[in-house]
Amino acid sequence: MVKYIIKRILGLIPTLIGITLISFFVIHLAPGKPTDVQTSLNPKVSYEARQRLEKLYGLDKPIHIQYVEWVKRFARLDFGRSYLDDRPVSEKIAERIPVTILINFSAILLTLVIGIPLGVTSAIKRGKLPDKLATIFVFIGFSTPEFWLALLLMNLFCINLGWLPVSGIASLDFESFNIAGKIIDVIRHLILPVAISTFGSLAIISRYMRTEMVGIMTQDYIRTARAKGMDENSVIYKHALKNALLPIITILGLSVPGLIGGSVIFESIFAIPGMGRLFYESVMARDYPVIMGVLSIGAILTLLGNFMADIAYSYADPRIRAVREEAEA
Amino acid sequence: MTILEVKNLKVNFDVPGGRVLAVDDVSFSIEKGKVFGMVGESGSGKTLTALSILKLISWPGNIAGGSVIFNGRDLLKLDEKELRGVRGSRISIVFQEPASSFNPVFTIGEQIVEAIVNHQGIDGYKAKDLAIEYLHRVHIHEAGRIFCNYPHQLSGGTKQRAMIAMALVNSPELVILDEPTTALDVTIQAQVLDLLKEIIEKEKLSILFISHDFGIVSKMCDRIAVMRKGRIIERGGTKEVLSDPKEAYTVSLLESVKALS
Amino acid sequence: MREFMRNKMAVAALVFILAVLVFAILAPILTGYDPASTDSKSVLTPPSREHIFGTDRLGRDIFSRIVYGARISLAIGFIAVGIASLIGISIGAIAGYYGGSIDYLLMRFVDIMLCFPTIFLILAVISLLEPSVVNIMVIIGATGWMGIARLVRAEILTLKERDFISAAKVMGAKDSRIILKHLIPNAIAPVLVSATLGVGGAILTESALSFLGIGVQPPTPSWGNILMDGRSTLGVAWWLTVFPGLFILFTVLSYNILGEALRDISEPRLKE
Repeated sequence: MVKYIIKRILGLIPTLIGITLISFFVIHLAPGKPTDVQTSLNPKVSYEARQRLEKLYGLDKPIHIQYVEWVKRFARLDFGRSYLDDRPVSEKIAERIPVTILINFSAILLTLVIGIPLGVTSAIKRGKLPDKLATIFVFIGFSTPEFWLALLLMNLFCINLGWLPVSGIASLDFESFNIAGKIIDVIRHLILPVAISTFGSLAIISRYMRTEMVGIMTQDYIRTARAKGMDENSVIYKHALKNALLPIITILGLSVPGLIGGSVIFESIFAIPGMGRLFYESVMARDYPVIMGVLSIGAILTLLGNFMADIAYSYADPRIRAVREEAEA
Repeated sequence: MTILEVKNLKVNFDVPGGRVLAVDDVSFSIEKGKVFGMVGESGSGKTLTALSILKLISWPGNIAGGSVIFNGRDLLKLDEKELRGVRGSRISIVFQEPASSFNPVFTIGEQIVEAIVNHQGIDGYKAKDLAIEYLHRVHIHEAGRIFCNYPHQLSGGTKQRAMIAMALVNSPELVILDEPTTALDVTIQAQVLDLLKEIIEKEKLSILFISHDFGIVSKMCDRIAVMRKGRIIERGGTKEVLSDPKEAYTVSLLESVKALS
Repeated sequence: MREFMRNKMAVAALVFILAVLVFAILAPILTGYDPASTDSKSVLTPPSREHIFGTDRLGRDIFSRIVYGARISLAIGFIAVGIASLIGISIGAIAGYYGGSIDYLLMRFVDIMLCFPTIFLILAVISLLEPSVVNIMVIIGATGWMGIARLVRAEILTLKERDFISAAKVMGAKDSRIILKHLIPNAIAPVLVSATLGVGGAILTESALSFLGIGVQPPTPSWGNILMDGRSTLGVAWWLTVFPGLFILFTVLSYNILGEALRDISEPRLKE
C-alpha cells in the first residue's frame, strides 16, 4: 500500500509541473509587462512595490530563467506580497483557507448523506412518482444559477423572515458567547452558504447514483443473490450499493474544482471571509500576486482532492487492491 | 416419485417489436434422484423455463400462466417470503457465467456464508467451516485460501466449482444447472462435468440440466426434453431419444453433434 | 426524429429555446423601449402595463433589457461552445488518431487544465485582459473544451480500428483526410450532446461573471448584470431579481432537457 501511494505521489509531479507551466502562461498573457497592467490600474501602488514585483517575476531576465524562478517560488508557496496591504500572499491565503474548506467539506458530507439515498430511491422506484420528482429536482438543480438561488434564499431567510444572519461568519458579539453559543452562531451563519454549495453537487451525485444502481441491478450477481433467497433489502443495500458507491468516490474527487470555484460566488454574496472571496476581491483590485497565488493553490487543492479520491478508490475496490498487492508481493 | 411438476408454463418477453411468447405451454416433471435434461438452441426458452421455476424472471420477461408444483405447493403462487425460503435452500440454481455471477466486491467465502446463514441460522464460525467443507467437496484445493479470495482472483473453473458448492451448501432437494460448463474452457468443462456426475451420484440429487449441447446432455441425463421456439417438441428417456428421434429437428441437432465429435 | 417527438418534455424545451431565440432576434420590434434609455421619473417601479417586468434603478425597462440581454447571453453561449467544440474536437481527434506520445502529452494537458477551477481561471484571465464580450466568449470556450476532447478521443479510438478506416488507409488517403472526412463525422454524436448541455453551462458561467461585475459591462444588458443591480435592491424591488433569474433558469433548463433527450436518442440503452 505504501509503495503504491509513493508511486502515485511521484505521478503527481508531471501534473504539478504542468500547473506551473499553465499558471506561468497566464501571468504572461497580458500585453506588455505583467507589472504594467495592475500598476497602471492601481495608482496606489508605489514605485517600490512595482520594483519588488518585477524582481519577483524576474522580468528583467530571459524567459526560461523567469520560469525557473517561478517554479522555485511555487515550490515554496511564495507568491510574493499583496498589492493592497503588502502582506505575504501565502499568509493571506492561509488565514482564509480554513473557512472555505469547512464550508466545502460540510457541503460534501451533506451531498453524500442526502444524495446517495435520493439516488438509490430513484433507482428502486424507477418511473414512479418519487423518481419523477427527484428527476425534476435534479434538472432544476443543474439549471439554477447558484448566485440567484443565493439571493433568493438570502432575501427569504435573512431579510423577510430574519431567521438567519445576513453576512459574515460570526456575529458582532461573538466573543461574548460560550462554546456552545459560538458553535451555534457559526452554524447559523454558514447554513445558507453550505446549502447553496450542496444544491449543485447534490444533483450530480444523486443522478449518478441512480444511473449506477439501475445499471447494477441488471447484473448477473444480483440475480445470484436473489436466487440464494436473499431478501430485497439485502440485495439493494448490501450487494448493489457497495458496487455503486465505488465510482462515487471518483466523482467526489472530480467535483472538488467545482466546489472551490463555486465558493467565489457565495462567499462574495454572504461576505464570508474565505479564499473565494479573497480571490474575488483581488480580481476586482487587480491585486496580481494574490490572484496568482489563489489560482495556484486552487489547482493544488484540486490535485490533492483527486489524489485522495484515487487512493481511497484503489483501497475500496478489491479488484484494484488485489492487483496492487500482488504487484508489491 | 415426482419432485417437481411444471404445468402449462407460459412466459412473455417484451421486445422492441412487441410481445413474444418465449415459453409456450411447457409441461414436464422431474423424478426424485433423476437427472432431467433440456436441450435446445439459444433462444429456445430453456433458461427462461428454469428461471421461472424460482420466479426469477424480471422485465422484459414476465410469467403469464401455468403452475410449478414442488412439495405439494405451487411455487408461482407463493408470496415473496415463502419463495425466499425455497430459493437457495430447497431448490438452488447454478448459472452459466461464473465470471459475473459472483459479486466482485465480496470474497467467495463471504458470499457462500451468506447463503448458509440466511437459511440455516447458524453462527458465522460454523458457517465458515461448512463453507470450506463444501469447497473441498467440489475438489477445490487450498479451500481456506480460496475462501478469502475475491472472484476476479480465481479461474473460471474454480469459480464455477465454488458456485456449485454454494448451490449445495444448504442440502437442496433440486438443483438447476443452467449451461454450467458452456462458459468454461474445453479442458475444464470435462473436469467440471465429471465433478457434477460424481456429486449427483453420491448425494443422489434431483437435477434439471439445461444445455444446448446434446453430447453433454446425453452423458449426464436420464431423461431428455428437446425445446424449440418455446415448446417441448420431443421427450423421453435418453437412450430412446438418441437412438430413435422422432422429430426432424431432433435429428438435425443430433447430426450437428456427430459432425463435431 | 420520431423518438424525439415522443419525448414531450424535450419538444417543450425545444419550443422554448426557439421562442427565446426569436425573442432575441426580434428584440427591437417587440419592445417599445430602448434598453439603455433611462427615465428618472419611473425609477424602480413594479411590473405594470407600461413596463411588464418593471423598471430598474435608472428607470430602464426591464423587459426590454432582458430581451436585448438575451441576444448577448445567447450569443456568448453559442460562440463559447463553438470555440470549445473546435478546440475539443481538434485535440481529441489528434490524440485519438495518432496515439503514442502525442496522445499522452495531450491527455496530460487535459488533466492539468482540469486541475484549475474553471471560474478561477476565467477570472484570473479576465483580470488581465479587459472584460469585453469577445474576450468572455473566448475564455469560456478556452476553459470548457476538455470534456469534448475526451469524448472525441474515446470515439476515435474505437472507430479507428474499423474496416472502413483501414480501407481508406490502404487506398492511400492522407491522415488529415481520414480524420476530417471519416472519423470526425462519425464521432459527432456525443459532441452534439455535450455542446447542447454546454450552451446551458456557458450561459450560467457568463451570468455569474456578469453578476460579479467582471462579465458583460453595463450599459450593455446581459441577464447576469441585470441581476447585479438586483443584489443591491434585494428587499425593495423583487422584479429585478426574479425575472432575469427565471429566464436564465428556464433557458438553461431547456438546453439541459434537450441535451439529455439527444443523449437518450444517440445512446440506445434499456429504458424503463
